[in-house]
Amino acid sequence: MKQLMLAAAVGALSAASVMADTKIGMITTLSGGGAGLGIDVRDGFMLAIEQSGRSDIEVVIEDDQRKPDIAVQLADKMIQSEKVDVMTGIIWSNLAMAVVPAAVNQNVFYLSPNAGPSALAGKGCHPNYFNVAWQNDNLHEGAGAFANTAGYGNSFILAPNYPAGKDALTGYKRMFEGDIAGEIFTQLGQTDYAAEIAQIRASGADSVFFFLPGGMGISFLKQYADSGVDLPVVGPAFSFDQGILQAVGDAALGVVNTSQWNKDIDNPTNAAFVESFGAKYGRLPSLYASQGFDTANLLLSALDKAAPSDADAFRDALRAAEFDSTRGDFAFGPNQHPIQTIYAREVVREGDVLTNKIIGVALENHSDVYAADCKM
Amino acid sequence: MSTLLLIEQILNGLQFGVMLFLMSAGLTLIFGVMGLINLAHGSLYMVGAFAAAAVAGATGSFLLALITALAAAATAGALVEIVVIRRLYRATHLDQVLATFALILIFSEGTRWVFGSFPLFLDIPDALSGPVSLPGGIKYPLYRLALIGIGILVALGLWWLTARTRLGIQIRAGENDREMIAALGVDISRLYTIVFALGAALAGLAGALVGAIQSVQIGMGEPVLILAFVVIVIGGIGSIKGAFVGALLVGLTDTLGGIFLPELFKLFMETDAATQTGSALASMAVYILMSLVLIWRPTGLFGARA
Repeated sequence: MKQLMLAAAVGALSAASVMADTKIGMITTLSGGGAGLGIDVRDGFMLAIEQSGRSDIEVVIEDDQRKPDIAVQLADKMIQSEKVDVMTGIIWSNLAMAVVPAAVNQNVFYLSPNAGPSALAGKGCHPNYFNVAWQNDNLHEGAGAFANTAGYGNSFILAPNYPAGKDALTGYKRMFEGDIAGEIFTQLGQTDYAAEIAQIRASGADSVFFFLPGGMGISFLKQYADSGVDLPVVGPAFSFDQGILQAVGDAALGVVNTSQWNKDIDNPTNAAFVESFGAKYGRLPSLYASQGFDTANLLLSALDKAAPSDADAFRDALRAAEFDSTRGDFAFGPNQHPIQTIYAREVVREGDVLTNKIIGVALENHSDVYAADCKM
Repeated sequence: MSTLLLIEQILNGLQFGVMLFLMSAGLTLIFGVMGLINLAHGSLYMVGAFAAAAVAGATGSFLLALITALAAAATAGALVEIVVIRRLYRATHLDQVLATFALILIFSEGTRWVFGSFPLFLDIPDALSGPVSLPGGIKYPLYRLALIGIGILVALGLWWLTARTRLGIQIRAGENDREMIAALGVDISRLYTIVFALGAALAGLAGALVGAIQSVQIGMGEPVLILAFVVIVIGGIGSIKGAFVGALLVGLTDTLGGIFLPELFKLFMETDAATQTGSALASMAVYILMSLVLIWRPTGLFGARA
């Protein structure tokens, strides 16, 4: 499934144009269970490229099917035969770990629109690797901080048994000051949570933290709502994004989740983004779409200053991050991961659509703990 | 660990087991009667769930949604049998695997084409939502009890069908000797289509019932399919009774293993390490069970042939 998109062939060839064409390679998940995330990242990214009106940017988009081996093959092809200058698009941390270190060592720039594994934020940081979304722990740390302000004293926590799941529980515990009533690692891709819910009921906890992205979260929330356990639930935005809220239904109403972005963040860029995304694709954008959009705008801001062939100047231009982010002010920390505010959002109903509304700030100008280990 | 929690977990295991039975009954029938390995069985489960979600969304009736799911999966099953599978009975198992794997991809992308990439909404009907109090003060979701009930009814229905009806006699005869019943004048290709559609309908029913408490999304059938294969290997390929016993064993092992293994490791390990080791071992539990059964009885619990 190869899609070759020539971005906005607006202006005719101009003899004055001295800048060489820039080739972007996007590897993302466009088929299978996790496709909704990749499609949102792609659509947000392409929207920004289209709005820039630039005809000298070529984006090659490929589907990794959420499989690390396929992602590696695609990356090799993009770097060696397509000769891309910049890569982006990967959704899942395990795929990022398989692709990113090799890519940046071959002098390709990688801008992450989603995955932020701790291994690439600390000792494994690299001058050519920029994360425009978050370090994996960030939203979970936000959830822990929110649980403190909400006055929870005893949380039951659960996440899937894979690296990002472990990061999630670690992140929550790093910030949460109360006790842990129980801690469960579920199977990755698990669809039935009756056993875990029974344990939550028996545990005597006063709150539940869970990180179950995508379909796992839909299953958990529906079953939780039907079980009669009525402890408050908190989690990162990944189980409450615009793509899956409608599938969860009313079971999600009132749940607090943490995110670095929401459609009601008040700045002109965000308002224009939400409006133009809806006009073009006929749906509300998710946080993934906002990350794709920001990634493209960061890239465009750097391309205005330097070409990727001039690696040092291009890197400095990326580091400066002089673009209008949908999140408001945007800055990179020393490990080239964002320093940003994490918000607490609540799921509300607007007309017939379920969506999120910001109810407060969970962590202000938050960085990550791995930055200290990054020596660049 | 209280008795109440234990009873609740046993109920969870039973509920999981009977849903697995709906999946594996069709799989084992199709393998038993036609000797066909159908990897696309999970896609029929997905078809049932999507049909139910679409109809429930349009009409608001869960009963209508269930009926549509049965009909849609049976129709899809019959079509697939007539168009594709019929050409594969004489082929090797490898060709069958290849062709039915292609069907998985076709079904997944076709579903995406029709319904889009985002999960659909399907909810429990109001009459069955919320928990009920069982004797002893256990609060248990009514819908899950209903699932156990439906699963047992379907099992009884299948037993009646195979043991007491003319179609059942033909199915059993077909398992024993295909050439002979064809020679006796039974329309074998019609029988195959019916068995395939029946298996598909059961998978579709399971998809619709489970879809209401899980997420209706593309690729939802494949994880269940793997467990369904484990079930029919444990129960003995071709045996409905084996599928029933195997499904309950797998359901209980998976559920109780997930709870008790981490607890067991906590007796002599640090909590963190115990949780991780226990969870890792719990996800292997059903495969360990399968190996043990195969060592003890290579044909499965009720299997006639290897």
